[in-house]
Amino acid sequence: MSSASAENLYRILPLEGSLSIYSATEHMGLLLQVLAPDAEVELDLSAIDELDCAGLQLLVLAKQEAGRIGCHLRLSNHSPAVIEAFELSGLGTFFGDPILIKPASE
Amino acid sequence: MDMDEVLKTFIAESQELLLQMEDALLQLEHTPGDADTINAIFRAAHTIKGSAGLFGLDLIVAFTHIAESVLDRVRSNELQFNAELTALFLQVGDHLARLIALVDAGADLNTLEVEVQATHETLSEQLSYYLAPATAAKPVASQPTRIERGNASGLSADHWHLSLRFGPDTLRNGMDPLGLFRYLNTFGRIVSIVPLLDRLPSAAEMDPETCYLGFEIAFASDADKATIDGTFEFVREDSLIRILPPHSKSDEYLELIRTLPEEDMRLGEILMRCGTLTAAELQEVLLAQVEGQQRDEAQPIGQVLMEQSLVQAPVIAAALQKQQQIKDNRSNENSLIRVDANKLDKLIDLVGELIIAGAGARMTAKNCGHSEMLEATELLSRLVEEVRDSALPLRMVQIGATFNRFQRVVRDVSKEIGKDISLSISGGETELDKSVVERMGDPLTHLVRNAMDHGIESLQTRQANGKPAQGNVCLNACHDGGNIIIEVTDDGGGLDPQRILAKARERGLVSDSQTLTEQEIFNLIFEPGFSTADQVSNLSGRGVGMDVVKRNISALRGTIELSSTLGQGTRVRIRLPLTLAIIDGFLVNVGQAGYVIPLEQVEECIELHSDSAITRGHLELHGQMLPVVRLRELFDDDSTPPRRESVVVVQQGGLRAGLVVDQLVGEFQTVIKPLGKVFAACRVLGGFTILGDGSVALILDIPRLLTQLAAPRSAVPFETKQSYAHE
Repeated sequence: MSSASAENLYRILPLEGSLSIYSATEHMGLLLQVLAPDAEVELDLSAIDELDCAGLQLLVLAKQEAGRIGCHLRLSNHSPAVIEAFELSGLGTFFGDPILIKPASE
Repeated sequence: MDMDEVLKTFIAESQELLLQMEDALLQLEHTPGDADTINAIFRAAHTIKGSAGLFGLDLIVAFTHIAESVLDRVRSNELQFNAELTALFLQVGDHLARLIALVDAGADLNTLEVEVQATHETLSEQLSYYLAPATAAKPVASQPTRIERGNASGLSADHWHLSLRFGPDTLRNGMDPLGLFRYLNTFGRIVSIVPLLDRLPSAAEMDPETCYLGFEIAFASDADKATIDGTFEFVREDSLIRILPPHSKSDEYLELIRTLPEEDMRLGEILMRCGTLTAAELQEVLLAQVEGQQRDEAQPIGQVLMEQSLVQAPVIAAALQKQQQIKDNRSNENSLIRVDANKLDKLIDLVGELIIAGAGARMTAKNCGHSEMLEATELLSRLVEEVRDSALPLRMVQIGATFNRFQRVVRDVSKEIGKDISLSISGGETELDKSVVERMGDPLTHLVRNAMDHGIESLQTRQANGKPAQGNVCLNACHDGGNIIIEVTDDGGGLDPQRILAKARERGLVSDSQTLTEQEIFNLIFEPGFSTADQVSNLSGRGVGMDVVKRNISALRGTIELSSTLGQGTRVRIRLPLTLAIIDGFLVNVGQAGYVIPLEQVEECIELHSDSAITRGHLELHGQMLPVVRLRELFDDDSTPPRRESVVVVQQGGLRAGLVVDQLVGEFQTVIKPLGKVFAACRVLGGFTILGDGSVALILDIPRLLTQLAAPRSAVPFETKQSYAHE
C-alpha cells in the first residue's frame, strides 16, 4: 500500500476479526494508510465479528478523512455484527453504503 | 376547492419542475458551478418538497429533503456538481417523477413495489453519502430510514428522550455505549437514534481509544426513570446524561436544548429528527410566530429557534416554505393560469364555427347588396378574425421544451453506445400547436437516436477522416410560410446511396432493372422493414423505425425528406402545418364543387386565355415552364368547362404548379374538418370545410399534389412518353 499518486486507483481492504477498543490504534494506522486522493477504496467488512463504539468511531474518521482528501471510501459486505452495530448506533445512513445482508431479526 | 383538483395541479406542477430540474442539470454539464442553475435545481426540489408536504406525501417530502440538503451544500460551496453527482440527481429526478406518477395513479406510497422501494433506498443512501463528510452528524439521513421502516409511532412525543454525551474515558473504562443500547432494548425500544459526531477530531488529533461520541435517543418504554437512569450508572461520572420523560413540557425541552453543548439551532433540528418534536409541531410553532399568531405551549422553542436562525436557517426555511409556497402560487396565478386543454379545444372549435357562421353572414349580405349590412358584417368578420388570431396562439407552445428533452436522450445514449456526441439546438423559440408538439416526441426521439447510432461514426473513423472527435447532432426549428420546419442534422458518415440500393435490391424492394435518383434511393429508408445498419444495436437498426416515423409525420399532415452527403452527414427535414384547426384558404370553383387551397401556398392567379396555351401539361409563365393540372380532370368532373378558365399558381418547398379552375371566389377562413376513412386513399385532399351557405368544399393538400406531380414522369396522367419522343 503505497501512498504514491493514485490515478484511478481501486483498493479493497479486507478487515477481519474484532474492530474494537483493543485493536483501535492498529486499525487506525491501517485505515488511514489505505486512503489516497482520487482513489476508490473499498472496506470489505465481511469478516468483522465484533464492532464497538471505538471501531465505529474509526470508520467515521476514515470516512471523514476520505471526504477531506477526495478519496471515495465504500463499505461493503457488511457482516451481521457490523449491521447490528450500525443499527444500534444509527450510523448506517451516515456511511450511506448499500447494506446487502439484512439482519435476521430487526 | 376540490382536493383532487389541487392534487392534479400539484402533479402537473411537479412534473414541470422535474423537467426544469433535468434541464438545469444538463445545463450544468456545460456551465458547471453556475449559481443560477444550481438555484433553479434547488428551487425545484424545494417547491416539490413544500407542495408534497401539503398533501402529506411524507415519502416524497423525506426524499426531496435529503436531495435538497445535498443541494444546499452545493449552494454553500461545500460540494461541487461533478459528473457523478449530476448523474445521481438525474436518477433522483427520474425517481421523483416515478413517485409522482404513482401518486397520480392513486397508489399508496407506503407500500411501494419492491423495485421502486429498492431504488428509493439506494438513492437515499447515495444522497446521504454527500451529506456525510463535512458536517459529520448532519442527521437528516436518519429521517428517510425512519419513514421507510414505517415507525409511525416514532412521530409522537410519548417516549423518553435521552441525551447522551459520553466522557472521553468511557471506552478505556471498558464501557461500550452499544452495550448500553442493547441493555436499553431489553426493557424498551429505541425508536430512533441520532449519532452526534461533532466532537470527533481530525485524523492527526484522534486518539482511537478516546470516546468522542454523543447520541440523541428517542426511547419508548414503560420503565420508570430510576431504571433508565441506572443504565448509565457506570458512565455517569464523566459523561453528560439528560433524561426527559414522555410528554414533557416544552419548557423542559427548551432547558435541554440550552444545557447541551451543541448549537441550539441544530438541537432543535435533531429533536425533530428523533421524533421528540414532530416536524409539524416545529413548523407550526415557527409559522404561528411568523404570522404573529398566539400559540402558547410550544412558543418558547420557536422563539429560541428563531433567534438562533438569523445566520443559517435551514429549519426555518423548511417551516416557512409552506407560506412561501402559498405566496409563490399567488404571484404565479397573477401571470399564469392553468387551463384544461379540453376547454381550449372547445373554444377553438367554437371559434371555428363562428368563422363559418361569419362567412355565411357575409355572403348573405353580399348577395342582398345591402350596404349597411355589408359594413356590419365586414366589422364582424374582422373581429372574428382577431378572435381567431388570439385564440390560436393559446394552443401554441414553444418547441424548445421538447428539444431540451433530447439533451438527456443524447447524454444517455452517447454513454450507452460509447460515442462522444453533443447536441446543439436552435430555433427553440419556434411555436407550434401543442398537440403537434406532443406527437412529435416519438418521431424525433427515433430520428435523434438513429442519427447517433447510425449517423455518427466511431471515434476511430472520425479521426481517420480528419473530423473532430466529438460528433454533433443538431435540432433546428423554423417557420416557413404556414409551415414549421424541424430538422435533425448530424455530422456523421452520411448515407451511401449504393449501399442502400444494394440492400433494397437484396430485400426485393427494388427490382434490378429499376434505376433510381439519389433522392428516390434515400426515400427507400422510409420503406417498412428497411435498415441500413450492418449491425443491429439495442437502439435502432431493426428496421422498425423510419417507416413509423414517416407514418407519424403523415398523420400530422406533414412531410419528411432526407438529404445526405457521403462523409459529411445527414439531414432529415420535417415539414409540419402550424396548426391542425384553422387555415386561411383560397376558394375556387370547378363545376358545382368548391375547392379550398391554403392561401400561403397560392403564389398568383392568372387568366387562361385559351386551352392552346397549355402544351404537354406545361404552361409558359414568365419565361418558365410551369406544370399545370386541370382540377376538372383530376377529380373526374365531367361538367362543361366555361369559356374562360383561370390558373392558380401554387408553390411549396421550391416546387410550383398551376391548377386550372373554373372560377376564383376569393379568400376564405377555413376550419379544417377531417375526412372520413373512405377518402384515405385520395391523397390530394387534406380535409373538408363547410361554406357559409352550408355547402361542402374540399381542401386540397398542395404539398402532396406537388409531390405527385414531381414524381416519375411516366406517372403523370396528362402526357405520355410517346408524345415526348415525337418532339
